[in-house]
Amino acid sequence: MYKIAVIGDRDSIYGFAAIGVDVYPITDAVASAKKIRALAEGGYAIIYVTEALYAKLHAEEQSAAMLPIVLPIPGIAGNTGLGVARVRKFVEQAVGSDILFSDR
Amino acid sequence: MAQRQINPTRMELTRLKRKLLTAVRGHKLLKDKRDELMRQFLEMVKKNMELRESVEARVQAALGNFALARATMQSAALDTALLVPGQEILLEADVRNVMSVNIPVFTCKFRNLDPGSIYSYGLGLTSGDLDEAVLSLSEALSDMIALAEAEQGCKLMAMEIEKTRRRVNALEYVLIPEMRESIKYISMKLDENERSTQIRLMKVKNMVLEQAHHYMERQNADFE
Repeated sequence: MYKIAVIGDRDSIYGFAAIGVDVYPITDAVASAKKIRALAEGGYAIIYVTEALYAKLHAEEQSAAMLPIVLPIPGIAGNTGLGVARVRKFVEQAVGSDILFSDR
Repeated sequence: MAQRQINPTRMELTRLKRKLLTAVRGHKLLKDKRDELMRQFLEMVKKNMELRESVEARVQAALGNFALARATMQSAALDTALLVPGQEILLEADVRNVMSVNIPVFTCKFRNLDPGSIYSYGLGLTSGDLDEAVLSLSEALSDMIALAEAEQGCKLMAMEIEKTRRRVNALEYVLIPEMRESIKYISMKLDENERSTQIRLMKVKNMVLEQAHHYMERQNADFE
């Protein structure tokens, strides 16, 4: 059985506690990277990170492991387009060029 | 092309020919794998994009509601309201195998089966905005989990496609041409050897005949 966690600034994430997701209010990049690693070993399958914090984390590790899943969600500061940019990067990596979003 | 040192022997030729056959077969298989992966990837990415857009919109709406709740409630009261969660989510992870890429599939289980358990606070002391906010967030959750699945799938498939593409290209543009070149080199060398042996034999035969019958001497005698 796995759990879900949310990491980010407190204002963006405190609501998630109500629906049964574990929240960890951290804004420091180093501390959050450490926390993510600890959570990965601690039985968490999905770790949502606010976009503001995700941008501060170092470039995504290219780990081929299936779990945990670390992915950005918009925070209280608004949508920075980071999540879409991430998907776009996958397309670019797979296809060799940006074919899906060139018309947007 | 930089030719590697190879022995022009029949054994090497047979070995190379067999290797080429395997390489060509592997190339075809990998190419098929890449094409199928690409097809599945594009489907998944489309789904992923839709999910991401919906999740982002919903999470942002929920956050807006929370901001409203925060505005109408004292911060301490809000903190206490959400201090002890009434609900807990447990995920069961399964694996779906798509062209040898392992993609997670989650089934969601709630510890508390009562749908009202997301409201972990007394309704008397909290604002209605908070209820709205919590409800909107809990409605977004299933999409958020689906998004995690899809996005991880896309990530892993993208990595696999890149790897496969590199392999296909290495086979197509380096290994197979190199082997063809080597095979050509060896067979030419072998042919050349055969010709030179043939010529040598003819020469030797001439010399032996000459020694036995002294044609040249006789010829010269006839002229005189």
